[in-house]
Amino acid sequence: MAGIPHDHYEPKTGFEKWLHTRLPVVALMYDTLMLPTPKNLNWMWIWGIVLTFCLVLQIITGIVLAMHYTPHVSMAFDSVEHIMRNVNGGWALRYIHANGASLFFLAVYIHIFRGLYYGSYKAPREITWIIGMLIYLAMMATGFLGYVLPWGQMSFWGATVITGLFGAIPGIGPIIQEWLLGGPAVDNATLNRFFSLHYLIPFVIVGLVAVHIWAFHTTGNNNPTGVEVRRKSKAEANKDTVPFWPYFVVKDLFALVLILVIFFVFVGFMPNYLGHPDNYVPANPLVTPPHIVPEWYYLPFYAILRAITFDVLFLNAKFLGVLMMFGSIGVMALVPWLDTSPVRSGRYRPAFKWFFLVLVIDFIVLMWCGSRPAEGLVPLISLIGAIYWFGYFLVILPVLGFVEKTNAVPETIEADFDAHYPPKKD
Amino acid sequence: MIKKTLLTALVAFGLGLGGTAAYAEGGEAHVKDYDFSYEGPFGKFDQEQLRRGLKVYTEVCAACHGLRLVAFRTLGDEGGPQYSADEVKAYAAEFEVFDPELDDTRAAKPSDKFPKSGLETAPDLSLMAKARAGFHGPYGLGINQMLKGMGGPEYIASILAGYTGEEKEQAGVTFYENTAFPGGWIAMPPPLEDELVEFDDGYDNNVESMSQDVAAFLMWTAEPKMMARKRMGFLVVLFLSLFTVLLYLTNKKLWAPIKRKEA
Repeated sequence: MAGIPHDHYEPKTGFEKWLHTRLPVVALMYDTLMLPTPKNLNWMWIWGIVLTFCLVLQIITGIVLAMHYTPHVSMAFDSVEHIMRNVNGGWALRYIHANGASLFFLAVYIHIFRGLYYGSYKAPREITWIIGMLIYLAMMATGFLGYVLPWGQMSFWGATVITGLFGAIPGIGPIIQEWLLGGPAVDNATLNRFFSLHYLIPFVIVGLVAVHIWAFHTTGNNNPTGVEVRRKSKAEANKDTVPFWPYFVVKDLFALVLILVIFFVFVGFMPNYLGHPDNYVPANPLVTPPHIVPEWYYLPFYAILRAITFDVLFLNAKFLGVLMMFGSIGVMALVPWLDTSPVRSGRYRPAFKWFFLVLVIDFIVLMWCGSRPAEGLVPLISLIGAIYWFGYFLVILPVLGFVEKTNAVPETIEADFDAHYPPKKD
Repeated sequence: MIKKTLLTALVAFGLGLGGTAAYAEGGEAHVKDYDFSYEGPFGKFDQEQLRRGLKVYTEVCAACHGLRLVAFRTLGDEGGPQYSADEVKAYAAEFEVFDPELDDTRAAKPSDKFPKSGLETAPDLSLMAKARAGFHGPYGLGINQMLKGMGGPEYIASILAGYTGEEKEQAGVTFYENTAFPGGWIAMPPPLEDELVEFDDGYDNNVESMSQDVAAFLMWTAEPKMMARKRMGFLVVLFLSLFTVLLYLTNKKLWAPIKRKEA
């Protein structure tokens, strides 16, 4: 395998040699753990571990919850309450799972914005980026499907609204919608397939994560300078890197546990803060909640969806909104080819920094817009936010690469590290 | 480009304003921020209050509303009203439940659940304290809910104590003015009046006090494991905090040679 030169596993005992010639599993683990990692990684590089932890946490809690849950329209709501009231520790499992989804998305957003700022998507890491975007899409799907399962009011009406988006596609939309729902409306068939897929997709994510990790273990990690690790010789590479174990394992673990302290403050003391009270009301197809809102992690894209309030030519507003919503993730996935700057890290791009900052603010403002009823100034702010989102990827990044005067980039990672931590004079 | 953006923005602005006019209806609801004993990370249910709340529920609310998710046996659970096994048995026996095996009604047993709402228009109260939010905002930022809690029990207590005495008839239905109800008019007649329920220990039985008692009781029915949850939360946060400190020190020492610092 290509990559940064480093020591490889040498089987020593007879058994190790026997195993290695048949199944080099120890070598695989060794190479994975001893990956030479740029020693200047900052605290923005901890989120990958947090995300891996979240995936495992969600799968384990989810599997146990599924043992007690009943995917039937007349029993789903009560089976969740059965978990909350009668299953030993069931309340803890469910609150960890529900809040775990929020931690998962918080981590993925910071992880994505980290990549956007430090240019982690640029060559040769385009495939890592694209796989990452696929993981993110699969997470969005899983989160949505899972939110439907408790079969509360927001579950039911959220499912109705989101599947309705597909119905907005001209011509074939209604057919697709009916196919997704398994009938003309959200009903038992919908709940059953949503449960099945909510259980399935996380394992698809596991596979994608393996490829994601494989890809960046091949290219090596990006780092805050965006300068590649020198890989002419092992000695040179060693000056820029330290092995993942123990240096980054311990660092990431420290960050993870600190984040878990905050996570358990939510689980223990305010487990419903991020949820909707309406979802403690059993689903009722005859009563529409006054204000249907998705979970917080979908809000920026929900705002973009609702930003279009006018028809353009033969396309109606609803379909345009759907196109914009999927397009907003699409342009983000294409960013490796949209960013024309020769400099990878935003650290050395003075103008880019400002546009990036505005993008982060834009994301937060859109999130707020998505949570508000579409009235007053909200649709206008959403539209401006959506325009900036597209403008950033489609106009600003391509143009900026040509016009921006960038700052000097350090020669090597070692030089950058030494500037922060000067070598002792002997 | 800018001109087109501005034009689009102006069109959207116009549409937005149109939307406002159609939506602007319903008065401001007032939910009082009552202090409940179970608030905060160390707050505990007040067992006496839960018992008073159960009495108010039994004598007043139960006439129309049910608690279909709550089993009688849980009245004996730790962290709840915590009645003895005999007391729970005697209490359950006051209720009639339908037994599909007998194809008839019989006196309830501790393993049965409270009956569901007797009046079709009366919502079940099992989860009501979590199904309503008393506090919102400001501007949808969620800060009030962060500081004061979701406000479900506060909403319930405010509704019960929020009647002004005004009523009006609309399409043959009587509505009662209520300062806590969104829109200001509620279909539920005022359920409480001063001294409606007598407590054995002679505790305050004015409307305000009973409203809080029953709201606290309904918080318990909605979240019967709250005490266990807070205990776990405290232990986990404490353990993880100590673990964080240890990992911080480990990390510092581990990196010291790389960063050429003294550990």
